[in-house]
Amino acid sequence: MSHDTNAKLIYMANQIATFFKSQPQDEAAQGVATHINKYWEPRMRRKLFQHIDSGGEGLSPLVLEAASKIKRPEAA
Amino acid sequence: MSLIHEIDYGTPASRSETMVTLTIDGREVTVPEGTSIMRAAMDAGIEVPKLCASDMMDAFGSCRLCLVEIKGRGGMPASCTTPVAPGLEVSTQTPRLKDVRRGVMELYISDHPLDCLTCAANGDCELQDMAGAVGLRDVRYGYEGDNHVKARNNGEINAKWLPKDESNPYFTYDPAKCIVCSRCVRACEEVQGTFALTIGGRGFDSRVSAGMAEDFMSSECVSCGACVQACPTATLTEKSVIEIGQPEHSVVTTCAYCGVGCSFKAEMRGEELVRMVPWKDGQANRGHSCVKGRFAYGYSNHGDRILNPMIREKISDPWREVTWDEAYAHVAAEFRRLQYQYGRDSVGGITSSRCTNEETYLVQKLVRAGFGNNNVDTCARVCHSPTGYGLGQAFGTSAGTQNFDSVEFTDVAVIIGANPTDGHPVFASRLKKRLREGAKLIVIDPRRTDIVRSPHIEASYHLPLQPGTNVAILTSLAHVIVTEGLANEAFIRERCDWSEYEDWAAFVAEPYHSPEATEAYTGVPADLVRGAARLYATGGNGAIYYGLGVTEHSQGSTTVMAIANLAMVTGNIGRPGVGVNPLRGQNNVQGSCDMGSFPHELPGYRHISDDATRETFEKLWGVQISNEPGLRIPNMLDAAVDGTFKGIYIQGEDILQSDPDTKHVAAGLAAMECVVVHDLFLNETANYAHVFLPGSTFLEKDGTFTNAERRINRVRKVMTPKNGYADWEVTQKLAQAMGLNWNYRHPSEIMDEIAATTPSFALVSYDYLDKMGSVQWPCNEQHPEGSPIMHVDGFVRGKGKFIRTEYVATDERTGPRFPLLLTTGRILSQYNVGAQTRRTDNVVWHAEDQLEIHPHDAEQRGIRDGDWIRLASRAGETTLRTLITDRVAPGVVYTTFHHPTTQANVITTDFSDWATNCPEYKVTAVQVMPSNGPSDWQQDYDEQARQSRRIAGKLEAAE
Repeated sequence: MSHDTNAKLIYMANQIATFFKSQPQDEAAQGVATHINKYWEPRMRRKLFQHIDSGGEGLSPLVLEAASKIKRPEAA
Repeated sequence: MSLIHEIDYGTPASRSETMVTLTIDGREVTVPEGTSIMRAAMDAGIEVPKLCASDMMDAFGSCRLCLVEIKGRGGMPASCTTPVAPGLEVSTQTPRLKDVRRGVMELYISDHPLDCLTCAANGDCELQDMAGAVGLRDVRYGYEGDNHVKARNNGEINAKWLPKDESNPYFTYDPAKCIVCSRCVRACEEVQGTFALTIGGRGFDSRVSAGMAEDFMSSECVSCGACVQACPTATLTEKSVIEIGQPEHSVVTTCAYCGVGCSFKAEMRGEELVRMVPWKDGQANRGHSCVKGRFAYGYSNHGDRILNPMIREKISDPWREVTWDEAYAHVAAEFRRLQYQYGRDSVGGITSSRCTNEETYLVQKLVRAGFGNNNVDTCARVCHSPTGYGLGQAFGTSAGTQNFDSVEFTDVAVIIGANPTDGHPVFASRLKKRLREGAKLIVIDPRRTDIVRSPHIEASYHLPLQPGTNVAILTSLAHVIVTEGLANEAFIRERCDWSEYEDWAAFVAEPYHSPEATEAYTGVPADLVRGAARLYATGGNGAIYYGLGVTEHSQGSTTVMAIANLAMVTGNIGRPGVGVNPLRGQNNVQGSCDMGSFPHELPGYRHISDDATRETFEKLWGVQISNEPGLRIPNMLDAAVDGTFKGIYIQGEDILQSDPDTKHVAAGLAAMECVVVHDLFLNETANYAHVFLPGSTFLEKDGTFTNAERRINRVRKVMTPKNGYADWEVTQKLAQAMGLNWNYRHPSEIMDEIAATTPSFALVSYDYLDKMGSVQWPCNEQHPEGSPIMHVDGFVRGKGKFIRTEYVATDERTGPRFPLLLTTGRILSQYNVGAQTRRTDNVVWHAEDQLEIHPHDAEQRGIRDGDWIRLASRAGETTLRTLITDRVAPGVVYTTFHHPTTQANVITTDFSDWATNCPEYKVTAVQVMPSNGPSDWQQDYDEQARQSRRIAGKLEAAE
């Protein structure tokens, strides 16, 4: 795994999505969003949104689906 | 202050509820059926003379000193082996008994050296006491003739005499003083469960023998100290007592090693610690100990301890000693500068699972109230954070569900990813005792750990799974339970959400979860999985005990949920003998989590976004608390590499050695501008520090630790801090330097604040703990005496939640370049990163980390036992010596991480648990090949460490 922290963040988001993908479908996207809202510090979420806003390459579709439910942090 | 003398009732207590009344020496006594006459007498305050009896062990009846007479019965039965019966009339002192006892004592003394004045046990010798008690005035047999006492008889070599065995670093065995009472042998069997000792020979030739007539060090002895504690004479004696003399006062305190949290009497002479003796009233350990807590405290006055604060501008500079005030002012100025320059969120702190609850509480308070952010984390991140998440989801609280006493009611114990005989030895002894009584055992572990098969213990099932396949195995177990109709539906309907259960049951019943299907990648034969599932579901009280082999995986949290599912589907929750029991690693890892050390939680596991909780603290502290979660340790390091995290206050944790992917940790630390390390020693992390604040040991402060069973135990100060200040005082001074108005005069005031703000601690105070001994949280109006067992009448969250657990293989895969899987763990004599135990004589058991490798894998690579090998992963490489053993399966290798020179974490990757970022220590794809010695990295690291430990004006500090 690289020390590229952006790649790591994408990897972490996808890991979370992988877990919730196996959960009942109607809970999956909300599950991802709730998890990220509860445990991700704003600058991590900010980086995630920067990546989503620039196309979200490499992110699991479930993360993209959850994006609207993830709390967008205030600008730094 | 005086020495605490515990009453020895002679035989263990009876659990019977039927009461029996009898008369002893004219006094009426009522005791539970099954109680010995000896114990009944002691209950009434009558001490029958005894030598071979102790209430830590079953009655043995060999010393013939505890004889009594019973009206209407012939002879003189031994009171230790004779149970009470209704209406008995017992006499403990009659002319006949006096004569016989004196005769027995005379025989003992006729083969015992009379060097009482210079004997180490002088003042603490039961033989001497009994000679006094029976009125021995004369030994008519003389000391000539056959004996074990003298090296020579009339100039001839005495073959019966044996020299002192001083091979163990902590105690001596002097056969000349042995009275062959068998207490040591029985303690080794019954209390410790190692069976290292026996009585060799017969008749007058009988003597205690370690192993096959070996010295103690060469035998199977694990140096737990139970034999030394049991010995009534100076035959087995602590070397510290021989050197110092008998203690004059003692204080009950709590061990600072593992999460079992044993209570000890620190026996003192002035401020000198003479010895640590396990306290029988300790509710976690019940009078037992292991080699670490009992003996390995010498680090507290090791020459490596740093006693003065130090500062340096660059980490390449030598350290410069400064006053405490300079150090505080420097840190305060630096942190304020960093926050001004890089933003409020650019600094943070790490609380220590080694420190007290009160100290941990203060560090998180400093971060939240002083730094104004939530960038606080703790070493639980790298061990049991998935437990918190997984159990929180399933049950509504991260709490382990049982007390340790619960094991006495267990019928089937399941151990998953834990090695209790090494990691939690005192609990392991209690478990082994229960197993010898007939409880069954299932072990799920890649290695054949000692508990799988050891004297008088044999697991019914050992499932030697491939590292990383925990979820697959546990879901397969659930598959068998559900599809074979073994689910406890009555329990589930009453206690759990039925529709969630149905969803989950349908999920686990899918054919691809069957043991036959998962066998292909778990490597565990399907019939073993089926057998284990049936045993757990139908064998009576089933209790799951698990450790870091569960949590330290990419799917750590999922595995914890899978464990919770198993407990719920079989109804093994909410009563003694069952439950989900996380075996926690560090003395206060439970407490550090309880105290709000996580970046998303305030004390008592309340999320930072909860307005009411924040308000409680905001009112008290007079500050605004951020409602956003802060950074976790790995996130802090990532942010440091990104340039947005610049300063950190680390209390009592060595992240450079203990956290995964050393190179990444080093890069993160190197990118920070102010790293403050608060510790006993210049640890590995301190190589990257700019400020060093000397820490204090658990012997030097007051406080509390909370053990793995949620038990809040007092830590009591027995000596003045060598560095001048307890850790809580240092944090307070630091807070004051940053402008916070803190004025705690004693840790009890900190606990009062915790109790006032945290509902699960509402009734906890030092006075209450002194009164109760200890309590298990929640301890509040609803549970005034604490909560030994959780979820008794229902789950904390209401209905128990079944959660689907889909197995996802870790991305850390073996391949042609890295064909083996490395997993890591602990060994009995060493503790964690070894900072303490490496600075004690415990190194005689484990002087270096070794790589365990299967003979087949070794043969293929031309590696012999003890060879230097190179161990390489995608993250890095190191070298160490091999230990060839079939404890590990082919394809799996194993090592410990106790020694910084090995740097096992150079190898581990930064993959982590999906939910908590708990690192995946337990699975790393590696290659192993012969090598000539240390790798370039090890040499560079060594040199860098040496350079960074220089202190201006002092000789180079040697590790």
